[in-house]
Amino acid sequence: MAILSANQVTKRFGDFTALNQVSLEVQEQSIFGLLGPNGAGKTTLIRIINQITGPDEGSVMYKGRPLNPADTAFIGYLPEERGLYKKMGVGEQAIYLAQLKGLSKHEALKRLKKWFEKFEIQDWWNKKVEELSKGMQQKVQFIVTVVHEPSLLIFDEPFSGFDPINVNLLRDEILELRKNGASIIFSTHNMSSVEELCDDIVLINKSNKILDGNVKEIRRQHFDNTYRLHYRGYNDSLGSLLPSGFEVVKSSMDDELHNAIVRLPKGTHSGELLKVLLPHLEIASFTEVIPSMNEIFISKVNAVNANSILES
Amino acid sequence: MQLTPIPFSNPDPSAMNKIFLIIKREYLTRVKKRSFIVMTILGPILMAALFIMPVYLATKQVENRQIQVIDETGWFAPKFENNENYTFIPVALDLEAAKENLRKSSGDALLYIPKTQLSVPDKAIIYSDNPPTLNLTGYISNVMNREIEKHKLAAEIRKEILQVSPEAEASSDSSKEDLMSETILKNIKTDVELTSIKLNEGGTEQKSYTEAYMIAGLVFSIMIYMFIFIFGAQVMRGVIEEKTNRIVEVIVSSVKPFQLMMGKIVGVAMVGLTQFLLWIIFTSVLIFGIQQAFPDQFGRSEPTALIKTNDMQQGATEIAAPQAEQKTNVVLEAIDSINFPVLLSAFIFFFVGGYLLYGALFAAIGSAVDNETDTQQFMLPITIPLIFSMIVAQSIVNDPNGPLAMWLSMIPLTSPVIMMVRIPFGVPYWQIGLSMVLLILGFLFTTWVASRIYRTGILMYGKKVNYKELWKWMRYRG
Repeated sequence: MAILSANQVTKRFGDFTALNQVSLEVQEQSIFGLLGPNGAGKTTLIRIINQITGPDEGSVMYKGRPLNPADTAFIGYLPEERGLYKKMGVGEQAIYLAQLKGLSKHEALKRLKKWFEKFEIQDWWNKKVEELSKGMQQKVQFIVTVVHEPSLLIFDEPFSGFDPINVNLLRDEILELRKNGASIIFSTHNMSSVEELCDDIVLINKSNKILDGNVKEIRRQHFDNTYRLHYRGYNDSLGSLLPSGFEVVKSSMDDELHNAIVRLPKGTHSGELLKVLLPHLEIASFTEVIPSMNEIFISKVNAVNANSILES
Repeated sequence: MQLTPIPFSNPDPSAMNKIFLIIKREYLTRVKKRSFIVMTILGPILMAALFIMPVYLATKQVENRQIQVIDETGWFAPKFENNENYTFIPVALDLEAAKENLRKSSGDALLYIPKTQLSVPDKAIIYSDNPPTLNLTGYISNVMNREIEKHKLAAEIRKEILQVSPEAEASSDSSKEDLMSETILKNIKTDVELTSIKLNEGGTEQKSYTEAYMIAGLVFSIMIYMFIFIFGAQVMRGVIEEKTNRIVEVIVSSVKPFQLMMGKIVGVAMVGLTQFLLWIIFTSVLIFGIQQAFPDQFGRSEPTALIKTNDMQQGATEIAAPQAEQKTNVVLEAIDSINFPVLLSAFIFFFVGGYLLYGALFAAIGSAVDNETDTQQFMLPITIPLIFSMIVAQSIVNDPNGPLAMWLSMIPLTSPVIMMVRIPFGVPYWQIGLSMVLLILGFLFTTWVASRIYRTGILMYGKKVNYKELWKWMRYRG
């Protein structure tokens, strides 16, 4: 079941349309990737989900009913631009922000102590925020985002500004949160983390949704019959062996192995390629090349932009 | 422009609780700041100095002043002694002629002691261009008191001797004195009523009451002016801080921008009220302390010295002469004539109302810019009505019920300052009421406008904002 769904959401600022008829569904206990180039409308959509602004058209439903102001207590939001009151104490500030999310002071203190212990940052409690490094502030902010145990979390570029060790720590925490029942909207430009973490995605470009669905299915759908092979025993051009319609996309040589990427005509089985090649060379490895999210992102966005240039 | 209702009501039941949390944070973080504590201590010292300096200067005399005296009673004129500060010159003119003559004959003030028919002459009027110094009024009433008391004492003693003469020979001198001092002292105690009248250019006169009203009005309006500027700017800086810190996005994902804005405005208002309250308490304590330490200069009405009047025929008798009593008589009288319940309740209302009206605008400005240096262009429309009110305040005191005063005390942007200038002079209740209603409406309107600009502005970065842009933001839907 969907914890959150947006239906035909449109938002305009004067003459500028920031979101145009965008729909999406975030399933319970899933990680949902919200992707798109800069200025596509992601932040506007996040702000609508957070009820910072309202949609001009369309609706947002939380667990099947319209979102209402009290629902902010069930949502945790880590904005891309992190920020805390610099002159305020870390602990004091964390309690304040937790209280704004509806926790009692007592409960906030109890949970925060637990999180500070978990992250081993107890001795920051009485420090002022400005005394902490940027990475430390991010940790505090992460805790503040999750301390009220929201059922829907929105992370906007959560890994930026963290060192690899802390990126791992954070990724584990995010996976742990999902395991414990939270649903997560994850906005990022880092496509490898999308492949690693996300179940579903939506790709927004220039205010319009241009792609959505399950990550694996999307990649599968974008598979264009391309294979990578490593081989030895044949030093001439691979292309001369191939029947027409077969295309060598890329070839290179490292150590003793040749390396080639070959695209087959639509509807052609991979066995036909192997059948042609096997008499001439020794194959070390043979895999299908499933496009990365990065490639899909770039090709999709470029295609749409090229179309819009043609149209205009 | 779509008129959506002001979001005062909110379906979120915890909304009030959240506003309270915001107010608490805004209040506590500011009150704990070092700058707040320093200002709380420095303020009263400055204010006490402001109170003490004029009194101190008034007791100092720079040059010799010529006081012309018309004494119709003939009791007092010879008793005024010249010193390095004052020269008393009796003039043999009637009052009107003497007033005409005053400037021509290089006199600084004219003391007029009118003859009375039935009672002892205990009234005197000082005409002057500038208000007489406390030293002078103190000295004149002192001399007059002493003279009157002397006359009264002589009369009492004559009466006494007539009444008690059979026993008088039997009793000793000392017991007679005892008897006298008790009953007679009460009878002869005199308070001269010394009125100060300002002579202005036209030669017409007005009572110095006006000055007290003026001072009262200006002090209150300056306080409102300062409060709006100091604490309005704090609201603005607070908004800019949240915006540049980027915490605002986290906060508005928990509360409505309107709640955050109002919480901040109210929180800062409480800081301001706390500061003013502490200032009033500390200043009073400080001034009271100084009055206790230097009763001669700054005393109000404590009977201070007992003056020996050796020149009395009936031997030495001690007479209490309240030396400083008359010093501040005129001012006190004027202050008494001000309607204080109205003045103070109006002050609190216009103080808070004016701040709230402007506070919302300051918040809107803070939201529209990325840093404090960019605020200049938007500050102008806010500062102009305020500074304008302070400038015209000086002409308002000359015509506190004129059309300019009337209109400016109705317009919400100027009414907090201008109405406070007018109120000590007496303003019809319907005008005060109307002005208050208009101020409330003005506050609701500016808050509505400001909240619309605010909720867009706080999330807008790196944009050079102009008035056209603000107008666009106002028309965005929430």
